Amino acid sequence: MKITFPYMGTSHIAFKMLVKDLGHEPVVPPKPSKRTLTYGTQYSPEFACLPFKILLGSYLEAIEKGAELVITSGGAGPCRAGYYGVLHQKILQDLGYDTKIMVMESPYRNIFDFLGKIKAVIGPSGVSWWTFIKMFKKAWEKLKVLDETEFLSHQIRPFEVNKGETTKVFNKCLEIIDEAYTLAEILEAREITGKMLNNIPQDRNRRVLKVGIVGEIYVVLEPFANHDIETTLGEMGVLTHRSIYLSDWTRENTGYESTESVIKAASPYIDELFGGHGICSVGHSVLYAKKGFDGVVQLAPFSCIPEIVAKPILAKVTEDHGIPVLTIFLDEQTGKAGLQTRLEAFVDLLAQKRSRLEEIAI
Amino acid sequence: MSIKIGIPRALAYYAYFPFWKEFFQELGLEVIVSQATTKQILDNGVKESVTDACVPIKLFHGHVYDLKDKVDYIFVPRIVSVNKEKTVTFCPKFLGLPNMIKSSMTGLPPLLDTRIDLKKGKGELFKVCYRLGRKFHATLFTIIKAYLRGRKAQARYQRLLNKQYTPVEALNLMEGKETPSFDSKQELIFAVLGFPYTVYDKFVNVDIINKLRKLGIKVLTAEMVPPKILLQQAKKVPKNLFWNFGNQVVRAALYYLDNFKVDGIIHVTAFGCGPDAMVDKMIELEAKQRGKVPFMSVTIDEHTGEAGLMTRLEAFVDMLVLRRGLS
Ligand code: SF4
Ligand code: SF4
Repeated sequence: MKITFPYMGTSHIAFKMLVKDLGHEPVVPPKPSKRTLTYGTQYSPEFACLPFKILLGSYLEAIEKGAELVITSGGAGPCRAGYYGVLHQKILQDLGYDTKIMVMESPYRNIFDFLGKIKAVIGPSGVSWWTFIKMFKKAWEKLKVLDETEFLSHQIRPFEVNKGETTKVFNKCLEIIDEAYTLAEILEAREITGKMLNNIPQDRNRRVLKVGIVGEIYVVLEPFANHDIETTLGEMGVLTHRSIYLSDWTRENTGYESTESVIKAASPYIDELFGGHGICSVGHSVLYAKKGFDGVVQLAPFSCIPEIVAKPILAKVTEDHGIPVLTIFLDEQTGKAGLQTRLEAFVDLLAQKRSRLEEIAI
Repeated sequence: MSIKIGIPRALAYYAYFPFWKEFFQELGLEVIVSQATTKQILDNGVKESVTDACVPIKLFHGHVYDLKDKVDYIFVPRIVSVNKEKTVTFCPKFLGLPNMIKSSMTGLPPLLDTRIDLKKGKGELFKVCYRLGRKFHATLFTIIKAYLRGRKAQARYQRLLNKQYTPVEALNLMEGKETPSFDSKQELIFAVLGFPYTVYDKFVNVDIINKLRKLGIKVLTAEMVPPKILLQQAKKVPKNLFWNFGNQVVRAALYYLDNFKVDGIIHVTAFGCGPDAMVDKMIELEAKQRGKVPFMSVTIDEHTGEAGLMTRLEAFVDMLVLRRGLS
């Protein structure tokens, strides 16, 4: 069967391998582009959130390439993301496609449903449960390597001597990881890409600002949705630290906080899990402030409910902890140029603040 | 002088007011409701809230503002769930409501930001009431009595709704006020669906219900479908929405499409409302799938124009009349 999946950051590289390993033909949706968005917007409700539109566009593009099944993740809400699958399916149906959307809900909610769906995928191609588990673990490993590589690239970019080099090397790294198929190869790719990135000529004496990135998961992870914000900031000499990565690589490594500690950090401000990543945005911002970051950027789709709730609370965090927060709502109309200007102004503000603090310290 | 509790005439007001009014009054407190929405209230709300909020949330701010110098407490509960459906809760803006109000407004009397989470189990509502009652030093006996009277009032309210009174009319009847009756020669029946706070706030929706009635349409709403029947519709959709009001709207639409044939469906949605974007598309597609029943959606915002809406309604009605060969 020809199977496709959502396009989000670099994760398609791992999903592609998994689908192949399970005996199916992966259809990688084209990297989201203006065309994807136009497509998605055309058939989505006007006020659907940006991720809904990009995903729908992506599915349509994958269907053009022959996809027969979409596998995506569900969500326990209370946000719209949990309902994406149902509505996407209805819309596809209405457009006359018989492509099915398979929504993987959390196994904790309904274990039989979960296993049944996996069975439906691996059954026809004769893959055993044992192989499935092995292949899944391997894909997870790849996902971790992808995340680790990306994280490293953001650490290096602000120091690069030749502007744009990190991005070039990073893209090569992705190709190398994409090529790696066995577990040994994946681990080897990790070594190689780590070296490649570290070998980029860097000016380590450069004084960089540190900015934390919080917000809604899709727009934080997918550069098309956020206009490559991390690269843009990196090339302005800002070290970005993203609060969300897909794999648990981050959770196993130092410098990252457990969900409990994030929620705890948010607790003086909000005591309810209000869906999406709203509470995490608040918690992470508090933690960034405590760790001496210069600023925080909150990324959210226009009309994104949890982030709208978080926004005024973030203003309180700024008041209490002195950390500036820039909120960016993204929609179809957001232009790269306008965003660039806002980021420059924000970075200027952070730089001024930093030098004022340093004067006081001297 | 008795303590005054302010209840904003917005959001959950239309769904649960009779219970709380009765309950607080039995505790010996005075209940003051903010006045019906006016331009002033809307303007204040816009001023006091974050710019990205939806109109209903802005309105809520406006109603809180209206109460702030008139009462000792404002009742802004954090409504998490109202029944046993496990995965169903409210729009995140409801869940974060007390926090939002506290961080964006100043000079407020203390808020009663009780958490209402009824899926936790039987007797949960009583526990909530008990905590509230103790805050005002009521005895256990008084609390029980107030609670029971509250439930009774709510049940009576529900019976009136089942008789196809709108919430506003039902509330008026309960206060002993007259409600105008409508002649029965209305031939077309419309379902006007939407969250109660968009459908019944006649200021923001420029009184859509009465406008339709004047065009000779009988109007039915989601609240008029008895809760049990509404719940039965749930099995027609592959997955429930996460929002209580959203589910009610979708379910009511299914009921009016399948069981009780209406001539048209109008969905009233709030500009910038996240859940509504999904609900609206759902209803549109469900209606389309079944053919026949025409669907129109009306978006309301701060500047909903009277004339514009009227034109659209008239066109919609004309189309239907033509279609059915009525005159
Ligand atoms: S978190 Fe925001 S973007 Fe995601 S589904 Fe909810 S409203 Fe949409
Ligand atoms: S459901 Fe929609 S209208 Fe209601 S509070 Fe949430 S966003 Fe606003």
